[in-house]
Amino acid sequence: MRNGLFFLLAVAVAIAVFFGARMLNNDYVFFAGYTVLQFILLATAWNILGGYTGYVNFGSAAFFALGAYATVFFYKLYPLPIPALIVIAGIVSGIVGLGTGYLTLRLRGAFFAIATLALAVVLQTFVVNWDYVGGSRGAYIIRPTENVLTGPYIQYLFLLMLALVVLGLVCARGIERSQLGYGFATIRDDELAAEACGVPTLRLKLVATTLSGALMGMAGAPFPYYIGYLQPSSAFGLEYAVNSIAMPMIGGTTSWVGPLIGAVLLGSLQQLATVTISSAVNLLIVGLLLVGFVIVAPNGIIGLVQEHLRGKRR
Amino acid sequence: MPLLEVTGLSKRFGGFVALDGIDLAINQGERVGLIGPNGSGKSTLVNCICGTLVNEAGTVRFDGEHMDGLLTHERTHRGMARSFQLPRPFVTLTVADNLRVPLLYTVNARRRHSLKPADLDARCGELLALVGLTGKAAKLPRDLTQVEMRKLELARAMAAEPKLLLADEAMAGLSQSEVDDIVSLLIRLNEGGVTIVLIEHIMRAVMRFSQRLVVLVSGKKIADGGPDSVIRDPEVERAYIGQ
Amino acid sequence: MDLSYDLLINAVIAGVLLGGFYAAVTIGVSISFGILDIVNIAHPAFIILGSYIAYILNINFGIDPILVSIVMLPVFYLLGAGIYQIYYESFERYGQESLRGLSFFFGLLFITEVLLILAFGVDYRYVEAWYIGPSWHVGVMDFPLRMLVPCIVALILFAALQLLLSQTFIGRAISAVAQDQLALRLMAASPVRIKRIAFGISIATTAVAGALLIIIQPVEPSVGREYIGRVFAICVLGGLGSLPGTVIGAMLLGILESFTATFYGPSWAPAVSFGVLLLTLAFRPAGLLGR
Repeated sequence: MRNGLFFLLAVAVAIAVFFGARMLNNDYVFFAGYTVLQFILLATAWNILGGYTGYVNFGSAAFFALGAYATVFFYKLYPLPIPALIVIAGIVSGIVGLGTGYLTLRLRGAFFAIATLALAVVLQTFVVNWDYVGGSRGAYIIRPTENVLTGPYIQYLFLLMLALVVLGLVCARGIERSQLGYGFATIRDDELAAEACGVPTLRLKLVATTLSGALMGMAGAPFPYYIGYLQPSSAFGLEYAVNSIAMPMIGGTTSWVGPLIGAVLLGSLQQLATVTISSAVNLLIVGLLLVGFVIVAPNGIIGLVQEHLRGKRR
Repeated sequence: MPLLEVTGLSKRFGGFVALDGIDLAINQGERVGLIGPNGSGKSTLVNCICGTLVNEAGTVRFDGEHMDGLLTHERTHRGMARSFQLPRPFVTLTVADNLRVPLLYTVNARRRHSLKPADLDARCGELLALVGLTGKAAKLPRDLTQVEMRKLELARAMAAEPKLLLADEAMAGLSQSEVDDIVSLLIRLNEGGVTIVLIEHIMRAVMRFSQRLVVLVSGKKIADGGPDSVIRDPEVERAYIGQ
Repeated sequence: MDLSYDLLINAVIAGVLLGGFYAAVTIGVSISFGILDIVNIAHPAFIILGSYIAYILNINFGIDPILVSIVMLPVFYLLGAGIYQIYYESFERYGQESLRGLSFFFGLLFITEVLLILAFGVDYRYVEAWYIGPSWHVGVMDFPLRMLVPCIVALILFAALQLLLSQTFIGRAISAVAQDQLALRLMAASPVRIKRIAFGISIATTAVAGALLIIIQPVEPSVGREYIGRVFAICVLGGLGSLPGTVIGAMLLGILESFTATFYGPSWAPAVSFGVLLLTLAFRPAGLLGR
């Protein structure tokens, strides 16, 4: 299916989802749905770097929080409409992704992973010490109750996140089927051989880190408006780091479908679990699932399905 | 002017001297065999020429141009290709897609207009036919036999349309007839205009293939000339018997 | 000069003592990453585990934390050996370490932290011992015992490991396994077994490091994450695989952090390690004494 057609299809599905949710006439659906959509975007963004090129990013929270705090900064300085904030967040996070990559990608993949982990801690330190955006006390964002397009404000946020998800999925799928996608796959499979074939591995890796970082930042931009009160501990929260890795790994990293499946499944499970059991146990389960899948089913759910189909064909 | 000119190349790993001032000139169209005992530095030499490893001293000139500081993919774009000692196919890509990669990233990089998809497919088909892998286009590398993997390795190197091919032990572990197969293939490629340096242990193959023989022992070049005279060189004999 | 001489001297001392402690924290990674080439980012999680075990036995039975850690050495060793076995069976054997191996250890890091939160909550925990509190004064110099004692223990640990690696057969095999697996096999030593022992030792050190940590500062489950950057910064700075390099790197980082904390405020300290890491990776990735 050509990518243009896929885009239209995705938009159609998104519109259907939005109006379907409105018919349920329950604000909770939008609140929970926003979180799931956010995870789809984060998982997809992570996968562009982690799944396609094989370079692990442990600091998804850093890029997400960058987007969120860019919003807080502008809220205090000069409030801008959220779509503008999304673009700004994308640019800022993209640049940070590029910078981190440039400094560490010429070395081993392990160093990049470690750098991303440390990046999250350092960025959190900066934010905690920066009183303008609230520091460790946090920042209040007063969100409007109504939006001219959709009515309840949460529906507006939901719609924005839907749009971003469509963008992310179309992007991921587009890359996968393009020359760039081949390049990424060769980096993942055998970087040395890729170079020998003429693939400019560093350049491609930088494209991946920039794009991945930018998308994560965009996911974070509306967050302060969603949550109303932003503290460093929630922006840099544990759940972002582990989920952005667990969801693609569990869904399957080789295709754009994997992060989508993983995010929808795990995201919904967590929404249910947070209501019934504690959120710490919830995260524990995610961690256990991650380790379990990594050991037993490294190609994720997609891999399991493919194995099953291949078995049947024989 | 030689196609490849290596001057005073040296490479160390910590305290260990892998290459000690290697001088080597390869002319356009030659078929050169590179032999030497295990650990003599043959693969290290290939890695330094291709840019995978960075040499501490000495220079590499290819087609008149200094290669120092150029990354491997840049050298590939300029016409150098290598196959690996242990085949390194892209395991998640099909055989045909493996060949597509150098076409997309090297051949296209040299052209003003990229190859059209139909042309890409056609070239993949030609390359597969060249090495005798037609029919395996849709298979994954893990479904190939040893010989087929080595053929894929060579085909992928050839896909980059190189002027110089450095074939690193393309025949280890193959049967006699398979070895002959590959040697014939390489000679065919050479007749098509590709300069080839073959690194090998299998003497049959080396003697049949080479117009010129270079011997490396403990990081130093100890012989360089016609195969028959090099083989009879007492130093070369000593090096091998000493193993 | 406006700068207080006292403050400067004591910042250096605090830095050196802190550095000694950081060396204990990092020495395990120097083995697992520097020698075995395994990126165990869960290393700090084991340290925190060690801290909590020291805490439990100290609070309930009054046992000195350092004593606890020595008793726990064999337990942690077995834990490390077990984890290596799983790692080897699942990943290393197939040569696919990178993505999955990293995710595996990240999962472990995460699970450990969440389990500790569930068991102990997020309150800070601390231990009590006779050397926590008093300071040893020499002129204007202040040696807080709660930093001095861990530093001394750390240096003893370092010396013991250095002896182990250079004097015993196992130790030399471990140093060799990074460089020449074939030679090792010819010596009739199984590389997998050697690596398992090495990884076990690496985790065993966390028992001690954990006890030292909770002596130096109060601990809560997320403290581990601050140390990931520190640990790898020191490893890279000192040069992978070099134990003495690790100690020097640790001291340098300790002094840098101490100065930052003294003159700019303690909340900036975590940023120092990342800065060091980035600079080292950008300009001298082989480290100061790297192989």
